[in-house]
Amino acid sequence: MGNTLLKMQNITKEFPGVKALDQVNIEVEEGEIHAICGENGAGKSTLMNVLSGIYPYGSYEGDIIFNGKECRFHTIKDSEHQGIVIIHQELALVPYLSIAENMFLGNEQAENGVVNWDLTYQKCSEYMKMVGLHENPHTLVKDIGMGKQQLAEIAKALAKDVKLLILDEPTSSLNENDAKNLLDLLLEFKKNRGITSILISHKLNELSYCADKITIIRDGHTIETLEKGKDEISEARIIKGMVGREMTSRFPPREHHIGDVALEVKNWTVYHPLYADRKVVDNACLTIHQGEVVGIAGLIGAGRTELAMSIFGKAYGAHITGELFLDGKKVEIHTISQAITDGLAYVTEDRKGNGLIVADSIKHNITLARTEFISKNGILDKDLELHKAKEIREKLNVKTPTVEQLVGNLSGGNQQKVLVGKWIFAQPNVLLLDEPTRGIDVGAKYEIYQIINNLVAQGKAVLMISSELPELLGMCDRIYVMNESHIIAELDGKDASQERIMEYIMQDSKGEIGA
Amino acid sequence: MNTEKRLFKGKLKQYSLLIALVIIIAFFQIVTGGLLLKPMNVSNVVFQNAYVVILAIGMLLCILTGGNIDLSVGSVVALVSAAAGQMIIVWKWNVYFSIGICLLLGIMVGIWQGFWIAYVRIPAFIVTLSGQLVFRGCTLLLLNGMTLAPFPNDYLMFSTGFIAKEAKVDILGMNMNIVCLITGIVIALVFCILQIVNNATRRRKGYEAESSLSLAVKLVLISAVLIWFFALLAQYQGIPTVLVILGVLLVVYTFITTKTVAGRHLYALGGNEKAARLSGVKTNRLFFLAYVNMGFLAAVTGLVFAARLNSASPVAGGNFELDAIGACFIGGASAYGGVGTIGGTLIGALIMGMLNNGMSILGLSSNLQQVVKGLVLLGAVAMDVISKMNLEILPRRKKVVAEPQKG
Repeated sequence: MGNTLLKMQNITKEFPGVKALDQVNIEVEEGEIHAICGENGAGKSTLMNVLSGIYPYGSYEGDIIFNGKECRFHTIKDSEHQGIVIIHQELALVPYLSIAENMFLGNEQAENGVVNWDLTYQKCSEYMKMVGLHENPHTLVKDIGMGKQQLAEIAKALAKDVKLLILDEPTSSLNENDAKNLLDLLLEFKKNRGITSILISHKLNELSYCADKITIIRDGHTIETLEKGKDEISEARIIKGMVGREMTSRFPPREHHIGDVALEVKNWTVYHPLYADRKVVDNACLTIHQGEVVGIAGLIGAGRTELAMSIFGKAYGAHITGELFLDGKKVEIHTISQAITDGLAYVTEDRKGNGLIVADSIKHNITLARTEFISKNGILDKDLELHKAKEIREKLNVKTPTVEQLVGNLSGGNQQKVLVGKWIFAQPNVLLLDEPTRGIDVGAKYEIYQIINNLVAQGKAVLMISSELPELLGMCDRIYVMNESHIIAELDGKDASQERIMEYIMQDSKGEIGA
Repeated sequence: MNTEKRLFKGKLKQYSLLIALVIIIAFFQIVTGGLLLKPMNVSNVVFQNAYVVILAIGMLLCILTGGNIDLSVGSVVALVSAAAGQMIIVWKWNVYFSIGICLLLGIMVGIWQGFWIAYVRIPAFIVTLSGQLVFRGCTLLLLNGMTLAPFPNDYLMFSTGFIAKEAKVDILGMNMNIVCLITGIVIALVFCILQIVNNATRRRKGYEAESSLSLAVKLVLISAVLIWFFALLAQYQGIPTVLVILGVLLVVYTFITTKTVAGRHLYALGGNEKAARLSGVKTNRLFFLAYVNMGFLAAVTGLVFAARLNSASPVAGGNFELDAIGACFIGGASAYGGVGTIGGTLIGALIMGMLNNGMSILGLSSNLQQVVKGLVLLGAVAMDVISKMNLEILPRRKKVVAEPQKG
């Protein structure tokens, strides 16, 4: 260690009207894991785009010195030639190509334009072994899970002879196990291969787990760089650097006024819509009271989303059986519009894919689920719509000059607020929140938690699915643990701990194998 | 960039189509030595393009659902005019009854195609390609390859007639159709009053309202164009009947797309089908209805077109689908769905129509005309895509008013 691999000096990048980066300095030493953290919109991604040549030389000010040489990248190809590989948050794999084809995409093992498939698959297997990905290289990427796709991306980077690996929120869609594997892999690369990594992450526990240095960026400025061993690295300090103020608690306090049962589900069984004999939810029973936040913990694929969506007007699954009670009354809900009128709301985990119309305005998105509130006899009252949308914007503190703004132009945190706002506008009694804080920064998370608290204070019932255990522990009155389509445990919020939840899951999984 | 400039740029983009249309009209007006805007030619342009506009309205709704097009409309037009010919000319049935049956036939065709597209989820492209063959085949079977003509006069009235043709008076030294002129003035007045009342209500309720100056400028301009247009028609024979049909359809469909829940849902479906479904929008039904509606409008077009040709021909409606699709895309509809307006589509159709008409007056060969039209279509869509690309790459704030207002 000690050799400076990368030095970015006084990087300033301006967009018309906004200074996205202002005199940013960062130094990365060879063989270290350097974390960059900051709120959404702080400039992390812009900085990485400058580094990788997505914003070509000349469109920014400042110098990039890599491996002792000044670099002027004009395209991503230029930076990849130097061994700088960036893995984006949204993976760039082609679903209908095999792992091997993806791995050598743009880097084909070919002679005179003719691909050598034997060599391709052989090399692919080697790289897959390096990252611990145990799959057939012929498998299509769409058929492997998110965690494995992430590994395939990293193997792809290795195939490009990477010197500096940049990962943009690599664990945002992984569960805790896969996330830890990934971080261990980075540590292993560092130790055995001398690969330097830059890790952009919102998850503070990950940073303290594997980062040697942490650079904090706020509003386009570098705030400070913390070094492991030299500086005290604590979540409190990082949060303070990121948001510019002390956050005494990551979870806002809430008064508990738990009322009657709002939603009860009995013996709920759901089959996979395509594979008719696969149960995705098996005999689940759960209750949520008014004014209560109930969590569902579990690994990805445990059936949590499937459970929530099947309750929401059978939006998912086939051959759904079981009983559903709203406010103590048995109901049969067969369509989504019926579920909405009956006071259910499902806030999806995939806000861009399933939740919002990104090419449409904020106001249209907010009112979509309940157009009857802004219309009479099927005719829209657009003035009323505008007014209502503004109310929601104020209430949820969506940072935008106008509700005419297209949703796609908002930051992740603000998009999430619009999504939640859309369902608050629908005036539900029971909200099913699926990963409500995925991929948004600490400050925005806090605001979402406050919104949830306000909802339960009004007597609404909230079901919260989350892969971040601390979040469930911080927010929930009760937590159900789900594993392999079963609800395996119910814990009181006060007694629950990360260890206990993981223990339940581990034991349950073991039992399956044993049987 | 400051706000006014940004707003100006946004408005400019919104009106860029209109500006293009004006430039095209001005160009041909000059090079044809003033022939283009002669009263008779203006009347002709209405007759020539009415059918494209009617089809394009239906096509727009299909495109809005997610870039789905309907390739069968030309054949449906032929089938409906053949059916009309068979009933009215051969069987001598009552004209109104026959028209009713023809419209029903169009709806049935729409139900047939909509079923496969919306509920079985076969790509619209394939279903309607099949429809193109099937309905053309049915037409040929029905007519046995022959042309039926002529239609009785009371049927022709619907498309080729004029309203109150005889009511001519001398005004300002010109012989004008008084009914037409008054209609124009009344429409302009009603439009202005509606806008002013609307704006006033908004201001009273404390909502955002347009400034008086910009509203006044807008109203004066639009009224002037409307009255001028009707005055031109008045100098010829008056209001063509088909213009009434067209006007009603334009108003109704503009209302549906911009002011109703159904319209809003249609845009949502095209914008993000999954999100729309999870918001309680009945996506399959909407999809289905878009194609049923297309069948209905294709039938209307078939009736209008048969009257214009004064015959039912087995080759009628060839390439109509392409004209309709072209009009939508030139008019700013997105090939991915969720974006597009009736107004834009009208302008798109007029751009095509004016090019056709202008080039015909100039005596350019139809071969050359096709080349020009093809290039215009590509150019219009390319402009749209490229202008969006710029905005996408640039950061968030710039795009405030980039999209034309819709919904």
